[in-house]
This record gives sequence, structure tokens and C-alpha cells, in this order.
Amino acid sequence: MNWFITDNSAPSAELARIPELSYAEFYAQLCAELENPACHLGELFAMREQESRLRIFALLLDDTTSQVKICSYVYPYYCEDELPSIAARHPQAHPFEREISELYGIRFSDSPWDKPLRYPARRAVQGNTIDNYPFYKMEGESLHEVNVGPIHAGIIEPGAFRFICHGEKVLHLEIALGFQHRGVEEEFLRTDNRLRQTLLAESIAGDTAVAHATAFAAAIEKLSDCPPDPHSNLDRERAVALELERMAMHIADTGALCMDIGYQLGQVACEALRTMTINTTQIWCGNRFGKGLIRPFGSHYHIDQEMIRTIRSNVAEIKRRYNEVRENLKDTPSVLARFEQCGEVSLSQMTRIGGVGVAAKASGLCRDVRWSHPWGEYLRIGHRPIVKRQGDIMARLTTRCREVLQSAEYIDDLLSAMTHDERPTPAPRFDTRLAPLSLAFSLVEGWRGEICHCAVTDRQGALACYKVKDPSMHNWLALALAVRGAGISDFPINNKSFNLSYCGHDL
Amino acid sequence: MSKFKVLRSHGKQFIPDLNAVTLPPIFRGRPSLDARTDEATRRALERLCPVGAITAEPFSLDTGRCLFCKECAMAHPDAVSFTNNYKMGSNDRRALVVTPGTDTTPFEADAVRERICSYFGHALRLRQVSAGGDGSTEMELNATGNVNFDFGRYGIEFTASPRHADGVVITGPITRNMAEALEICYRAIAEPKLIILAGSEAISGGLFAENRAIDRSFLATRTPDLLLPGNPVHPMTFIDGVMTLTGRKKRE
Repeated sequence: MNWFITDNSAPSAELARIPELSYAEFYAQLCAELENPACHLGELFAMREQESRLRIFALLLDDTTSQVKICSYVYPYYCEDELPSIAARHPQAHPFEREISELYGIRFSDSPWDKPLRYPARRAVQGNTIDNYPFYKMEGESLHEVNVGPIHAGIIEPGAFRFICHGEKVLHLEIALGFQHRGVEEEFLRTDNRLRQTLLAESIAGDTAVAHATAFAAAIEKLSDCPPDPHSNLDRERAVALELERMAMHIADTGALCMDIGYQLGQVACEALRTMTINTTQIWCGNRFGKGLIRPFGSHYHIDQEMIRTIRSNVAEIKRRYNEVRENLKDTPSVLARFEQCGEVSLSQMTRIGGVGVAAKASGLCRDVRWSHPWGEYLRIGHRPIVKRQGDIMARLTTRCREVLQSAEYIDDLLSAMTHDERPTPAPRFDTRLAPLSLAFSLVEGWRGEICHCAVTDRQGALACYKVKDPSMHNWLALALAVRGAGISDFPINNKSFNLSYCGHDL
Repeated sequence: MSKFKVLRSHGKQFIPDLNAVTLPPIFRGRPSLDARTDEATRRALERLCPVGAITAEPFSLDTGRCLFCKECAMAHPDAVSFTNNYKMGSNDRRALVVTPGTDTTPFEADAVRERICSYFGHALRLRQVSAGGDGSTEMELNATGNVNFDFGRYGIEFTASPRHADGVVITGPITRNMAEALEICYRAIAEPKLIILAGSEAISGGLFAENRAIDRSFLATRTPDLLLPGNPVHPMTFIDGVMTLTGRKKRE
């Protein structure tokens, strides 16, 4: 076994220290480690290192030891050898291998499903277009197809869903994405303006602006030679912002689920509570989604005593009222009848596809980097993830409900621990030099789940590769599995129960 | 019993008078520029802006490009400040460019097509298309119809089918992969129809304007009826803009 072993709070690593293996070695050791259910693939990506070669990195996350193990292999740019597919043995590698194939034309000989992932502008085969996505087909007189999207009925991002149904029953759902592709990763490299890069990070997924900006800031801070001031409240403020974002989105999802089953009381109560949550973020930083709040090395929005009081009292009120909604949902039979035993994803399915976040935890798979790979303030919090077993819509809803209450407690604890004698939060810095020929990654638990950003620098210390992974990358397949065998009319509530990101996936 | 608890805590949530809404002072709304700013500062601001929204000569800030990060005002608070004025929408692209000494965004009520107010002044149904939007403006557009803002009280709502719609609200820089779907959706709407661009990314392409994954040819031959700056667009910016466009509100 030949790994570079690090963790989520360690500084960046020099590229030379990351083992460069043959593909056979890489394949063997990655497949072996993935047999362990506590390990999963955090990232697998290719970058063009020199004109003539690609280097492919894998980040393996071990939940029991908090280690992050990194290794790599090199593939000559004009090589046409087919490689054995890791996804054939471990389906969780599937989206990553599809991405590598799509971008660089590397073929995986036994890939279970060699399909484009998101039709990026820089794809290897320009002739493939999103309009001729090769949907899976099934023949049979009693089967019919239902085609939905890319534009959906509602104010929601685009994606194409194709159901193959037998009567009302869904036999198969295939999800084609890429409509939202804007070229985010490319834009990171097209500029050396750190502020512009920060804004890019905030726009990866607007509903996860805080978490993605936190991941970007952490990656940049790890690559810079000057660590952030450890005596300021910066880490605490970032944790408060992240937990506020989690509360707001979990409350929004509770409301959206209620809306889709026609339970208006739950819907309107959650709409009002979400407004209150995002308005709390707005009073703090001037933006309801927390855009502008997270910056490398510092913040413009220092929390003073008055702000501490405001946030604490709002959060206490939201927590009290949301708990009433939660109790109400739990003892309303018409709600339970729709959510229980619907859209089940088993623990073994979730483990095989490498699910993360709320969806994984609802199926009994404890994936939460606040617990397994803590960073910043979470090293001190001692987070304990909320894990359910049923894997149905109700389990995903209750996981959210409990996380809202938990986040409210964290926010209260963090704010009450902020004292006067801490140094004021430093101003952001956009001018730090990055270590040359290094790799930094950052893992952040956004409200959907595990976010991973990887930054690789060139000889001059400029970004040579910036890789973004939204948790949706892992979890879209879970939605397809959840509706297998379900009635097609239950698709909307299943979709809402995952609420995955289109733009975060499409980049 | 648990229902009554929820109802009692919920109380009344709707905002009785949307015209009386003021946003907190920290909200980053319409910027204001100081005419006395010296040339060196203007040049510094021009270099600082990550999306090229600020021009040194003549001194101006284009809210159709601005992503409201406020770094300019943080670096040079005497030259630029952000007010809590959310009334930033206009039917004229040029009106989005803020110059020193102005505190309102002009709205050319006379330039609105004749049939707009008479057709849509009492009821309006809109179809929203996200074409590379990051999800935040989409959530804010959803929020316009929620229990707080209740935009539906004016007969203005979002609809599922373009066949039922009077116009399209576009968010995002318009990706190449969505260009055709947007075109099909727009063509399905009956005349007369509106085009509303929601968010600075929809108006100018934002951070992605130069990326090859973007295809803005939809706008090459069409003139939007309403442009709403913001990152994301605040629900009040949207409500104010649509009410002004349909002649139910005047921009002072």
C-alpha cells in the first residue's frame, strides 16, 4: 500500500510527495481499500499536468481514522490503452470515471455504463450533445416512457428525467444532467484574481454559498504560507454561518415536502421560519444566502455582542416553532401515510454508491465530515451525527428535522462562547502567495452533505487545477434507486426528500 | 392539538403593505457613488472590481454586471456605498448604470409597450426558466409567492406551462446546454409576451460571460422588458420591478 496520508486540518501537500503509481497498483490498492465500508472515495479526478501527460488523483476518506489517503497515476495524453474500471467493482467510482472519460477520452474497458456525465464545453468528443443523450431503453408492449424536463413545472433548475413505467410503477429512472453547466472549474483557472475566484465559489450552488465558499477559503488558506489568526473568532463565525445555512435549507425542504403532499399548514409554517432564518443571515451580512460573508483569512462582518444577542434570540425562536412543526408532522397520519415506506434506499445500496450527507444518514450510513474529518471549529465541537435506519422519505425528513434542532444548539453554544477578549476578526486577504507544485483539499459538510474542493498549483504558484465536488455528485443515483418500484406519482416527494443540486453537479 | 400550537406560533405572517417594506441598512442594494472621488481612487476601483462593473472615466457602476460583493465599498468607503434601496429594476439596460449623485434607478414608463399594462395590469402568469442559475435567484422567485410576500394577492403568479404564461423569467447566464430548451419554451408562449431577466448573471452573463459553455444568442434578437439586478434578486426587487412594469406602481 502506497499512500500519502493526511487529514482535513493538515496543510497542503507537495505534489512530489504524493505517490505516482502504475495503474495496476493504483487500481489494486483503491479497490482493496474500498472493500472497507468505512472508506469511500472523496474525489477522483484527472488534471493535465504537462502537455504530454494526465495525472489522476484519488482521495480516499477513512471515517474511522479521520485519515485522508491520496495517491495518483499517470496516463500519457495520447495513450489509447483501455483501463480496467474501478466502477465495475465499486459503483461509487462511477460518476468520477464518467467525468474522466468525458473530459479526456480515457476508456475504461469494463465500465458498467459508459455515458457522458454533464456535457461540459471542453469534452473530448464534441459530437456528443445533450440533446442526444443515450437514454436506457426497455422494450415491451406493456411498458411506456415518461419524459420530464429539462424544464420542470415550478421554479427549479433544469434536468432531464426519463421514467420507464409499467402502469403506474416505475421500473427504471434515468437522470440526465448537464443543462446547468457554466464552466465553473475552467473559470477558476482563467483568472488569478482571488476575489473573483471567491465569487465563483459562492456561485457553485447558490443555496450552498456558505459551505462552498468555506471550502474554497480553507483550500486557499492551506496553500498559503501564512495561517489564519488562531486567536480570532473566524472559525466560530464560519461554523455559525454554515449551521444557519443548514437550518434554513432543511426548513425549506420540510416546507417543500409538505407542499408536495398538500399539507398546507406545514408548508406555510416552514416558509415563515425559513424567511426568519435567512433574514437572520441578512441582518448579519446583508445577503439572505450568506454571499459575501465567507472570505479567505477573514471576514468583513465581525459578530459583535449585539449581533450575538440578535442571532441567539432568533435562532431560539425558530427552534421552538420548528419543533412544534416537527411534532405536528410526526402525529399527522396523512403525512406519515405518504412519507413512510416510500422511496426506500437500503444501507447496502447507499454504501455501494457512496452516498453522503442527509440521504446517507437516513439509510443508516454515517457520513458526516463534521464528525469523521473535522476541521476548524468542528475539531472542538465533538459533533455526533444523527443517523436513521429506515432509508425512506420519512427518515430523510426526520434526519433533517433533528439536524435543524442540533444546528440551533450549536449556534447557541458557539455564540455564547464568543468572548470580548478574542481579537476582532481579521480583514480578508486576497493577495497571499500559494505554495508552488502543491495539492490542497478541503472537506466541508454542507447541508446536503460532503463538499470537497481540491486545488493544485503549478510551478509559479498559480492554480493549475481546481476541482469541485458537490455532494449531489454522489447522491443523484440514490434518487434513481429510491423511485425504483415506486408509483410515479411519488416521484415529486422523493425528489424533494433528496433536494439535490443541479448546478453543483453540472458546474 | 399539535396543529393549534403550530397555528398559534405562526400567527399572521403576510406583509400587509408591500410598498412600505424597508430592508435592513446592511442589505446590499442600489450602490451610490461620490462625485468627488479622485482619479487615482477611480482607477483603483476599476481594477478592484472582479466583474468589471466599475468604470473610472466616466465614473460609473453597472448594476447589471455587479455581483454586490461590496469589496469596492469596503476598500474605498468614501467613493462607493451600498444603500438598502431594493428598487433596482428597469426596462432600460442603460438605466442600470449608476452614476455619481443619483439615488434612484430610472424606469422609462413611456417606453413600455402599449399592450403590457392593459393586458397584464390585473393578472400576470410567468414561466420561469433557469439557464445556469445557481439556485439562489430561483429560491427568491419562489419566495415572492410565499406566506410573507404573497405576491399572488396582485394576481401575479408563476405557472407550470408556458402555454399558460404571459412571459418568461430567465435566471442564470444562459448555458449552451439550455439554449434550445429556453428557445422552445419562449416560442410556446402566446403573444404579447414578456422577457424578464432576473439577476445580474442573466443580465450580463456575470462571471461566466466569456465562457464557451454560455450561449446568449437568445437575447441577440430580442429586447428584455425588465432587467432586475441582484445576486440573487431580492423578492422585493422582483415585486417592485414587475409592479412598475405593469403600470401598477410609479418609480419616484
